[in-house]
Amino acid sequence: MSIAWNHFTPWASLIGGLLIGASAVMFALLNGRIAGISGIAGGLLRPRRGDIGWRAAFLLGLIVAPFAWRTFAQLPAVRIDAGYAALVAAGLLVGAGTRLGGGCTSGHGVCGLSRLSPRSLVATLSFMAAGFVTVFVLRHLLGA
Amino acid sequence: MQSWMSFAAGLLFGTGLILSGMTDPGKVQGFLDLAGRWDPSLALVMGGAIAIGLAGFRVAHLRVRTLLGGAMHLPTARDLDRRLVIGSLAFGVGWGLGGFCPGPALVSLGTGEPKAIVFTIAMLAGMGFHEWWPGTPRADAAPA
Repeated sequence: MSIAWNHFTPWASLIGGLLIGASAVMFALLNGRIAGISGIAGGLLRPRRGDIGWRAAFLLGLIVAPFAWRTFAQLPAVRIDAGYAALVAAGLLVGAGTRLGGGCTSGHGVCGLSRLSPRSLVATLSFMAAGFVTVFVLRHLLGA
Repeated sequence: MQSWMSFAAGLLFGTGLILSGMTDPGKVQGFLDLAGRWDPSLALVMGGAIAIGLAGFRVAHLRVRTLLGGAMHLPTARDLDRRLVIGSLAFGVGWGLGGFCPGPALVSLGTGEPKAIVFTIAMLAGMGFHEWWPGTPRADAAPA
């Protein structure tokens, strides 16, 4: 392993993380719920009466974030190596996997670890390990 | 009120995701690439979010009602089952393959990036597939 110092963005990532944590805490204190993106989105796909507005509003806030960002600054450049077929497979796995596992990077990784939940620790270790192995296979065995 | 608050939380969460680098799949895969040139930035995203979360959720767990007077819906499940591990492993494979997890995918939808749109449609299909699978319990109000 070597560190990619030229890509390392400690301050932006730390401050971005603080904002994410602040949002999750604000959501728990004001709405009484976990800011888990996969759970919030999943609940909208099989909606219950009285349970739609706050979910749609939170997701709309996520989607509007880049528009708000653009009124002040240019959006950071992104790199998407995966092709369309890989992205469809990845999307299906992420969608079904997060619902089966009851959470994603936000619900388990941020909120669950903050709550010292053993379930979320197991989930986070599982998806991190699977992510490490997948990128290893992609980049170092398949040479993608 | 609840919807505006949820929208504000989503906007703050999304802004944090953009600032932190989580919406750049190349950066996410750079973090997951332990055997290559490793970009440790995302560890700081998690660290920053959890630092705020540890304090905030401690307070949230002590409360019987939200600051707005509503009911608390924080998760109570403690069982470590196969669904949790298998779902999280599948999520991790998809995360490594595409570099997107659910929050950043929705934020990227707002940038109009075609690959993010394709990923998000597949992700919602994967969630819907799980949601409507016979015997699946309805999406819990409190995921994770």
